[in-house]
Parts: sequence; structure tokens; C-alpha cells
Amino acid sequence: MTARVLALVVLAAASLQAQVTFDRILHPEKEPQNWLSYSGSLFNQRFSPLTQITAANVKNLELQWIWQAKSLEKYEATSIVVDGVLYTVQAPNDVVALDAVTGRPYWTFTYENLPDARNCCGRVNRGVAVLGDMVYMGTLDAHLLALDAKTGKLLWKTQVAKTGERYAITHAPTIVNDKVIVGTAGGDFGARGVVAAFDARTGKEVWRIHTIPGPGEPGNDTWSGDSWKTGGAGVWNSGAYDPETNLVFFGTGNPAPDWDGRQRLGDNLYSDSVLALDADTGTLKWHYQFTPHDEVDYDSTQVPVLADIQWRGRPRKVMLWANRNGLSYVLDRVTGEFLLGKPFVKVNWMDGFDPKGRPQRVPGKIPTKEGSMVMPTVLGATNWAPPSYSPRTNLFYVGAWENTGTVLTEGLSPRAVGRNPMGQSTLTPNLNKQEDGFGVIRALDPQTLEKKWDFPMNDITWGGVLTTAGDVLFSGGKEGYFLALDARTGALLWKMALGGQINSGPMSYAVNGRQYVTVAAGTGLFTFALRQP
Amino acid sequence: MRRTLLGVAATLLVATTNASAQQHETAADIEDGGRVFRSSCANCHGQDGDQVPGVDLGRGQFKRAQTDQDLVGIIQKGIPNTGMPATNFSPEQAARVVAYLRSVAASRRGGSVTGDVSRGKAVFEGKGTCATCHRVGAAGSRVGPDLSAIGLQRRAVELEQSLLDPESDVQIGNRTYRVVARDGTATTGRLLNIDSFTVQMLDAKEQLRSFLKSDLRDFGFVASPMPSFKTRLSAQEMADVVSYLVTLKDRTAP
Repeated sequence: MTARVLALVVLAAASLQAQVTFDRILHPEKEPQNWLSYSGSLFNQRFSPLTQITAANVKNLELQWIWQAKSLEKYEATSIVVDGVLYTVQAPNDVVALDAVTGRPYWTFTYENLPDARNCCGRVNRGVAVLGDMVYMGTLDAHLLALDAKTGKLLWKTQVAKTGERYAITHAPTIVNDKVIVGTAGGDFGARGVVAAFDARTGKEVWRIHTIPGPGEPGNDTWSGDSWKTGGAGVWNSGAYDPETNLVFFGTGNPAPDWDGRQRLGDNLYSDSVLALDADTGTLKWHYQFTPHDEVDYDSTQVPVLADIQWRGRPRKVMLWANRNGLSYVLDRVTGEFLLGKPFVKVNWMDGFDPKGRPQRVPGKIPTKEGSMVMPTVLGATNWAPPSYSPRTNLFYVGAWENTGTVLTEGLSPRAVGRNPMGQSTLTPNLNKQEDGFGVIRALDPQTLEKKWDFPMNDITWGGVLTTAGDVLFSGGKEGYFLALDARTGALLWKMALGGQINSGPMSYAVNGRQYVTVAAGTGLFTFALRQP
Repeated sequence: MRRTLLGVAATLLVATTNASAQQHETAADIEDGGRVFRSSCANCHGQDGDQVPGVDLGRGQFKRAQTDQDLVGIIQKGIPNTGMPATNFSPEQAARVVAYLRSVAASRRGGSVTGDVSRGKAVFEGKGTCATCHRVGAAGSRVGPDLSAIGLQRRAVELEQSLLDPESDVQIGNRTYRVVARDGTATTGRLLNIDSFTVQMLDAKEQLRSFLKSDLRDFGFVASPMPSFKTRLSAQEMADVVSYLVTLKDRTAP
């Protein structure tokens, strides 16, 4: 009887799928039931305005359905939900449309990458984007595809960069107005990063920039010799967009070779930076480099998180950033001004900032002949997994790795396109003592960048963080627990062992008035809702 | 010879084909059958299939076989005490050879009316009202099968048959389904997925719809909504439309 009542409700209110205008993507607060971009909004707050699931009732969550990817790759995609239809990616590059209520399939688009597609670090994809009646995906062979959202039919396919030069696209595209914007991975192979915008209807290129300036451009002289040509600085996470300034923001990856800076003397702009680009032209308006002359692999490809907050007594448009280098930041997103920076985990490679926000290095915390322990580890204080900002708690939440380090040993490695140029190093994770590295979900106060609370885990985490207007925080980690915490206190409210690593960010949506929260673990997508009476 | 029969769009083949042999073979399957025929059969039967006395494979003349199943059996097991040896073909491979032979025969039986591509496009978009249900490129409806690449998937003879008798060969992804909710609301669409408890379809308004069977009064397959064009179009118009359809070869979207 209960099932029948539920079924009738579902049927009676079957949702209509309407065109996804850019205005809808820009104003997700008007339709909290949908999740129209990678982090739920172009501010990347990964905050759901839904309120049905609360700190008080989250203990009543019940599994609704599981969808299993026919793939052995890591499941890093965040799903998109448009009016009851859920779009996700079966790694590396199959797109699947599911009924968001039952998890049953509408269509599957299968894609075969070119045989010379060879990306670093897992044949993964972090999600799709939607606009109009199309679904967009970047591929491991560095193409951008547009599919018909209703049928999964391929509508256009544009090559973004050369596959054979180790370019790949692993992140969800960023939609701005009538453009689809993507960046290219491949920095660990020395592939010089690209950000490019394409006409959403036709796939025609509108603009393109390199993340490393060419000869004659400002910043090119921050690379010794010809090292800029193979300097990396890839882009492998989604951007953010601020309509008031028409700026689109992307983080850039490490310079190459990763752990050998002697071949690329200088600051190596714009590696490990955030770039503020005019969304219409790609013109660089400002940049901030988090780690000048990086020799540890501190990619800055975290998603930029934008927030409008009270700052020192007045409203300010800021960008929040918890970086792989162990430092957290508040930047003015209009001007790029450095407002505040502070370690959010144990950091030993720097001991302060100059007034412009340049980190002051500790001598010797680079690869040395005898080996030097650098903290945080090369895998970072946090990595690509998306953080969250709740405008209700005014806290910034990040999945972090505390007390980790790497012993870096100086070495030499020849560098050429297609050869692994990472240099030589010895990795020594500190995993044997009580104070050794561990994963933690950490709440930071943007006013001070001080820790408000911690939820420590035994193992590290590659899980993203979701907060909701019910003041619940959802996250998980490598251990495979899906966790619900009190967003104000960090108290554990509910947990479920999903039997596989959580390697993505949770998200939330609603259909016919019922709130769901979904997360990928292992190779499956797990969807929960409150038990119905 | 094969290129003439399969590749050129200008000739419309009016005769009804033996559909059973080709029910689920795609153009690619038939091409594959042709390759196998030329490499394994043509040595004795000849490229045109008429070198063995009393047998004309390309015109459907056989000594012993009546049905497709007979032919598949002969291809697999051979004929004892004759020059026809057994093969190690799988039933599917053998069926593709049969489909190829049937397609050649069907093509040869036909009288022909020459079609015109641009007139066919006009009929498709106008009098035929084909775009009401079908999509070509970015135009038309998604409810019926997308025809953007139909020229890669279907031969002229098959397209004509679908126009005359739409129900005769419906691909598994193009079946029409109808559900009736307990309140009597009926929804019809192209079936995308079905399981023990749910049904997913693209309905007539191009909406992706999902239903719980427990919530339905009735559900099941129904006939294709596509009408026969036997009397709606003249033979010439039919030839024109088919000529147009075989030119649709969008390789981004097959």
C-alpha cells in the first residue's frame, strides 16, 4: 500500500524536461530540485538549498537505488540532474541518462577514445555539463562532444588539442552564456595547458589561451630557456563564473618536470595559479600564483569557490581556496587581491607571506641530494575533490590530508613530449606512527581561515563535500563510508559503508517533492532518500 | 556488382522482398555476408552465384533449400557426396551470407523507378510529414527513429519496405509502447528500457518518462504509429523519398 501511494505520487507529478537556459544555470537557487552544473552553481559552493533532509532526520536515510557503471575505472563524476533526468559518466567517456527516481536507464552513449589517448593518473572523468537540450563532455583524447540530451545522439565533436601530445580532458565543462569552456590536462607530461571556449550550438572555437605565456607575452620570462614549451600547467578541474564581472576562473596545474625545477628556473607563470579570464574573449584580467616555482607537484586545480561575504565590516566578493600546497586563501575575486592566507594542515615549505601574498619559502624544502621531507605530501593537503561553502553556516569545508609529507630527492630525467618527465623522487608517506597522516573533513572560517571543527578519518580522503540548507554535510573517504555530519558542529549524524572508495563529490536533488542525495563509491552510484512512513 | 546493388541510391526497387531473411541484419551485416561470400563461396559458385548448374544464388534458385534455415544448414554442414563442403561458420555468419544472397535476389527482382533526391527531400519535409516523427540532423522530432544516418544503416529496398509496411521490420530500439495510468491517462512513446518493475520511454512530446508498473492499469507494445505510405504517396514520390533517405549518411551520428 505504501509503495502504491508513493508510486501514484511519482506518476502524478511526472516532471517536464524544459530547455536548460544559461539563466537557469546561473540561478540554481530558483530551482533547488535540480543540479545543473558540476558543483551545483557557477560559484562552486556545492550547497543544496533543499531542506527536507535535516540534521534531525538524516538518520532515516534509506538506500533508494544503485546504478553500477560497467567500468573498472575510478568513478569521479558528479551527476547532473535536470527535471528528473540524471546524467552521469561511465568512465572513461560513456554518458548515461537515468531516471533520477528509479536509477533505470534512458540511454547510454558510448565513446571510444583514440588509441593514442594516454592521460596521467587514471582514465577518469569528473562529469558533464548541460545547456539548452545538449549534454557536453570532454574526453581523454582531448575532444569536446555535444550530445542530444533526450536521446544521447552525438551532435558535434571538436578536437580541443592533440591527443598524441598527451592532452586530455578529464573535468566537467564550464558553461558561460552560449559557450562551453574546457581546459586540457597533460601537465605531468609537459603538455602546455590550454583553456578554450566553444560555441555551444556548433562546437566552433571562440577563443583559446595558453596557461603558459608564449615569447613576447608577459610572464614568458619566468621560464628559463625554452622550458616554457614543455612546462605543463594543465587544467583538469571545472571553472567558476561571476556574472557581475563576466570573469571565468580556472585553476592551473603544476609546472613540468614536476620535481625538478633546475630545468625551468623562475616563477613558472601561470602554473599553480588561478586565472581570471574575460568570458567573452579569454583575455587574462588577473592572476594569482599560489606556489611560485613549484618543485613538489602542488597542482592548483581545485575548483574556485566564490562567495559574497562580510569582510572586515563590509560586503566583499571573494574567492575561497584550499590548495594542494597546504595553504588556504581568501582572494578578492574582482581584483585578484590577496586578502588572507594560512596553512590549513601542517606545512613546512613556507613560513609566511609577503604583503602581496607571495609565500616565503623555507630553505631546503625542495628536492635535495640527500632527500628532504616536504609537507604536505606530493599528493597534497587536498586534491581535486570539490569542497563546499554553506551560506547558512558561513563555513568553508574541505576534505584534507593532515600530517603528510614526501621525501624529495634531487634527480634528473630527460624531458620530451610523450615521455614521463616527472623527475626522480622517493615517496615516503608517514603511515606508521600515531601522529602520521590521516584524512579529515575540516571546517574553516573564511574570516580567519582558522579551523572550526574537524571530523578525522583513519584513512585519507578523495571525497568531495556537499552541504545542504538542512545544515547537513555529506562526504566520504577512501574507506568507503558515506557520512552525514552536522554542518555546524561536525558531529556524525549518520553513516553507511558503501564498500568502495568515495572518489567524487556528493550532490542532492529532488523529484516530485522528495529530496535525494547521491554519491559514487567504487564503480556504483548510490542514491538515498528519507524512509517514507 | 555489389556496389551497384547496395550503394547507389538512384534506383528504387519496387518488388516486395523476402523480409524474413533480413529481419535483423543491418546493411553492415549484409556487407559482411558479401565479403564472406566472395572469399569462401565465389570460388565454386562464381561472383554472381550462377556457376553451379541448376543453382543461381543471386536469383534465389536453389536445388534443395526452401527456407533461410535450410540455407544456413547447408552452408554450415555442406551437402554429402557433392562438391559443397561443410564450413566452420557460426549460425550468425551463415545467416549473414544468406541475408546477402537474399538482398541480391530482392534487388534483381525489382522493376525500377528512378528517384530524385531533392524531390524526395521536399516530399519528406512536406507531403510525407516525415519530420513530424523523424529527425534528420537538428531538425524534426526525436519520437521516431533518427534518420540522420539511415543511409549507412539501411538499403533502399529495406527503406521502401518500411514505407509500405512499417510494422514489418522494427528495430528493437524503435518499438512503440503504451502505458495507461490508474487514472486512465495513456502515454505512448518509443520504448527505451523495460524491466520487471519499471518502463522508460521517450513520449510523443519528446519527454523522457519513467513509470512504475505497479502504478499502471495497462502496459504493452502497440503498433508503430507510422502509417503505410502505399496509397499516400505515388510510386514516383516513394522512389524520390527513398532516394533522399539513402543519401543521409551523417557519420557523427550513426
